Amino acid sequence: MTLAIVLACAGALLALAAFAVAIGRSAAASRIVYGASMIVAAISLATAAMHLLGGRAPESLTLPVGVPWLGSHFRLDALSAFFLVVVDFGALCASLFALGYGEHETAPGRVLPFYSAFLAGMTLVVIADDAFTFLLSWEFMSLSSWALVMSHHRVPDNVRAGYVYLVMASFGTLSLLLGFGLLAGPDGFYTFEQMRAAHPSAALSALALILALIGAGSKAGIVPLHAWLPLAHPAAPSHVSALMSGVMTKVAVYGFVRIAFELAGAPAWWWSIVVLALGGITAVMGVLYALMQHDLKRLLAYHTVENIGIIFIGLGLALAFKSYGMPFAAALALTAALLHVFNHSLFKSLLFFGAGAVLTATGERDMEHLGGLIHRMPQTAFVFLVGCAAISALPPLNGFVSEWLTFQAMLLSPQLPSWGLKLLVPAVGALLALSAALAAACFVKAYGVTFLGRPRTPAAESAVETDRFSLAAMMLLAAFCLLIGVLPGLFIDALAPVSSALIGAHMPEQTGTQWLAIVPIGASRSSYDGLLVFLFMVIAGTLAAFAIHRLASDRLRRAPAWDCGYPDPNPATQYTATSFAEPIRRVFGTMVFRASEHVEMPPPGDTRPARLTVHITDPIWDAIYLPLAAGIGFAADRLNRLQFLTIRQFLSLVFGALVFLLLVLAVWS
Amino acid sequence: MSRIDFDTAHLLAGSLVLISFLELYQDRLYALLNVYAMHALVLAASVAWQAFVQDAPHLYITAAIALVFKAIIIPVTLHRMIVRLGIHREIEKAVGVGPVMLAGIGLVALSMVVMLRVTHEADPLAREDLAFALSVILLGLLMMVTRRNAVSQVVGFMSLENGLVLAATGAKGMPLVVEISVAFSILIAFIVIGIFLFRIRERFDTVDVQALDRFRGERR
Amino acid sequence: MVLITDLAIQGAQMLLVLFLAPLFTGLVRKVKARLLRRQGPPLIQPYLDLVRLMRKEVVLADSASWLFRVIPYLIFAATWVAASLVPTFRTGLLFSWSADLIAIIALLGSGRFFLALAGLDVGTSFGGIGSSREVMIASLAEPAMIMIVFTLALIAGSTQLSTIAEFMVSPQVGLRVSLGLALVGLVMVAIAENGRVPIDNPATHLELTMVHEAMVLEYSGRHLALIEIAASLKLILYVSLLACLFVPWGIESTGASVPTLAVGILAYLGKLALGAFLLALFETSIAKMRVFRVPEFLGMALMLGLLATLLRFVSGSF
Repeated sequence: MTLAIVLACAGALLALAAFAVAIGRSAAASRIVYGASMIVAAISLATAAMHLLGGRAPESLTLPVGVPWLGSHFRLDALSAFFLVVVDFGALCASLFALGYGEHETAPGRVLPFYSAFLAGMTLVVIADDAFTFLLSWEFMSLSSWALVMSHHRVPDNVRAGYVYLVMASFGTLSLLLGFGLLAGPDGFYTFEQMRAAHPSAALSALALILALIGAGSKAGIVPLHAWLPLAHPAAPSHVSALMSGVMTKVAVYGFVRIAFELAGAPAWWWSIVVLALGGITAVMGVLYALMQHDLKRLLAYHTVENIGIIFIGLGLALAFKSYGMPFAAALALTAALLHVFNHSLFKSLLFFGAGAVLTATGERDMEHLGGLIHRMPQTAFVFLVGCAAISALPPLNGFVSEWLTFQAMLLSPQLPSWGLKLLVPAVGALLALSAALAAACFVKAYGVTFLGRPRTPAAESAVETDRFSLAAMMLLAAFCLLIGVLPGLFIDALAPVSSALIGAHMPEQTGTQWLAIVPIGASRSSYDGLLVFLFMVIAGTLAAFAIHRLASDRLRRAPAWDCGYPDPNPATQYTATSFAEPIRRVFGTMVFRASEHVEMPPPGDTRPARLTVHITDPIWDAIYLPLAAGIGFAADRLNRLQFLTIRQFLSLVFGALVFLLLVLAVWS
Repeated sequence: MSRIDFDTAHLLAGSLVLISFLELYQDRLYALLNVYAMHALVLAASVAWQAFVQDAPHLYITAAIALVFKAIIIPVTLHRMIVRLGIHREIEKAVGVGPVMLAGIGLVALSMVVMLRVTHEADPLAREDLAFALSVILLGLLMMVTRRNAVSQVVGFMSLENGLVLAATGAKGMPLVVEISVAFSILIAFIVIGIFLFRIRERFDTVDVQALDRFRGERR
Repeated sequence: MVLITDLAIQGAQMLLVLFLAPLFTGLVRKVKARLLRRQGPPLIQPYLDLVRLMRKEVVLADSASWLFRVIPYLIFAATWVAASLVPTFRTGLLFSWSADLIAIIALLGSGRFFLALAGLDVGTSFGGIGSSREVMIASLAEPAMIMIVFTLALIAGSTQLSTIAEFMVSPQVGLRVSLGLALVGLVMVAIAENGRVPIDNPATHLELTMVHEAMVLEYSGRHLALIEIAASLKLILYVSLLACLFVPWGIESTGASVPTLAVGILAYLGKLALGAFLLALFETSIAKMRVFRVPEFLGMALMLGLLATLLRFVSGSF
């Protein structure tokens, strides 16, 4: 029943896409399309949430469309329901935001149809139950998001972004295709039901896992397959960027979780080492890249890479515990990772919406041309601050809860007997802590340079607040960030069916603990009470305000800034994003990015300005992508000769191929 | 072997590893010599504790040798030597503290893995002390590899020898004659190195070993 | 009945740290001055400073926003809540289970986040200097602190500070290598987080040497009073943390009888005095580092924390 509703919603979105093609030119088109997708997403969200929270049994459905002898299988179980909640909540907020933001779209006909198609694709991936349907929906999702990336195709950067995205998406689908092929086996068991029942050999399941890691990981953004993400995500319109960063990467995580925890059989002990190592490197590299950026949307896209790293660290720990038969610890790690999936979709969407609001208000994406927006756009500034605080894992918001749970899972890992894990987990813990601290630095920079300070350009000086719909979407997300931070026990209990299904155990019941604290392992071991921390902070702040009000003077006077007696009216003298990141660039960037600074001072008498140039290289692009692209170009050049053969040579090629195949047939049979 | 004996031996061995890390961190020669003196002091304390715990009085002599020679005489001599060489104000340009520290951690992890796996059946105190001793040896080698100044390389060599002494005393029953012969061979090596340092300095006006590379015979 | 006494003790702890914080700062300054053969300001000078600041008018820059005015209260609230959860004279605080050591560090981290934002708010270059240096220091100090917390949690079996403190008082703890490494690391991190010499000079107003002072340069009046007392609270928090973890004698775990509490409070005051003396001695005997030597210093602390955690992972007896 619930599955039928979800399928109907997906169908409705596809129909809406077709409808949007028809009404693309009309003035109210964007309102209609976004409003309708919001309603459909809300229905789907309610259904999925009911399925997850009600603890229902999995439902299956087979439609006669698709591959003739197979049909399309769909299934709604706890894992699908959870990811459906993530997808639909993101879609709901994005549609609400776009009701206001979409009015500023210059080419709505290029965005609207593909938007609904994108939502439909993501919904279908999550409920697919056989390899063909999964891959078809996956490709559909990639292609519709590619079309959205190319919607502003006159910008040259976007064209390059679209090209790289297409190449990487195809590569990822190829990997997944091969992986599913291996799992299907020689008898062609393409449905997930058959794959669950099969018991593949260790080598086969290992290979399938690696292919799934490459395929799903490239879509999620694992280093070194992340290169397309910071190009493509900023190129799309802001609500689509939020969906791509906040939701599509999570659909990729869903793909990986489905294969690694269910379809590929029992995990081997070394799988977790690969996943943990990749997760740790991704987390640190992502945030270091983000710190070097001064384009707001590109910074957010790179930061998504870091959070995907954190999620994969949690998944790696869960795999480790599962392979050594420690189900409760595995449940803790898995719950931490899945809670971070939901949290990240919330605050990343919020931040991208804020960036979109700034973009429409000022026309600028570059932080170094902004500043002082807190005075001009106060409500946007407030919700953006909540998003920055949440993503920097500050209590009592939600980012801290998932990070705390991941740390608690790490503290259980000395019990793992493998030496490799004993040495790797502390190192990954250090990398996780490092990335969390650097993320806070990154968002101090992003918020401080964009919203605080003085306006650096006339565009920033004349910004106006965004419309009600955008603000409503952002406030809804900010409210949920606070809610999850203050009442995390409810959300942990909601995830219990998922970990029961995948691992066979779940975290202890969190409702009914004293004062709504969360107790991941045992009360004597560790606990965290978001509600109490929040109340304490409020009480302490109120007491301080009250005491100050009674005891201190309340006079206040505005004056020019003190600035140690050297006030400068020119806003160009305040810190820019590049200068803010300079100490961190010197400490970490010289090693990782070969960062160097170069100052050109003109000789005395010359009136040209001095120039400071910062030179950063991308080590992964230079070491992996450029040689690969060069190799492919070289091979393509060589093969190009095939175009210019004479007729006799073409005929002899055909003749030679025929003779060869006959020989093979003769020898082999 | 009571708890407190165990823990104190571990504490002293672990302090030796910590001081090896501090040596890697120093970039001024005076500070490096002071840290090396502390290294030898902690070694003497560790050997004396082993003598007390294992009830082996000849180890007290080893501890005394470590204290007198390595903690007092050698640092003072090196001190005078670098003042005569005139390099006491130099700041060492080592490979860069960050990568060296990371390499050091990796080496400690490696020696833990190797020692604790290989010596599965042995006495737990000895195993873990051996693991620490191997770490000190590897860190001493790391110091020799990542430094350009010849005096720093000598200090690395000396701390390597300290690690060897720690390993030998940790395993029960190191006879005194072994210690004496090792100590004297180190002393001879030290004198020879000292003579060479002055000759190098006379000839090439520097003790930077990278610079010596320029004067080698055949080049690429 | 027990609930009332526990509540009273928690409340007493909160008020105790709040009132002792300026006295601790005053003691450190006095000892430093005496070591430098000066008379030094009176011990209660920080209290007099706070009163003076509260009576003064706030001069707010034209470009300062509402966030600038709210941040001192946020910082004070976060730091006071964190300081109330560190056991000083008695473990087993009533609300110790609501926030463990990781949460305490994160609360201090949120204070630092907002302080860095305050530095950027007015749009001057000094504020930017302070904020960018502060986040650089934090990017290494916080991971080092988390590694130290891991070590302590792996030794004591919990991240709950009261449980760790009780474990440290009990005889099972022994002299462990990883505890020694954690002690050295924690001292280094404490110096960095509180902006003491050699990381930052708390008494300077020179651009070359400012980190904390640069961020609060534009604050005045009651806002500056809140920030100053938050900084003192942070310092006393770290000293109390070092005391309850590594010098735990005198802390009571249960019982609320007057003699045990009195012993606990006297022991705590003694530890604070010792801590003040050692800090002043350390600050006068070492010069401030160049800013770009600080990452090496903190990198060393991170390595020590990582090494201690690694040793605990490798073997339970380290």
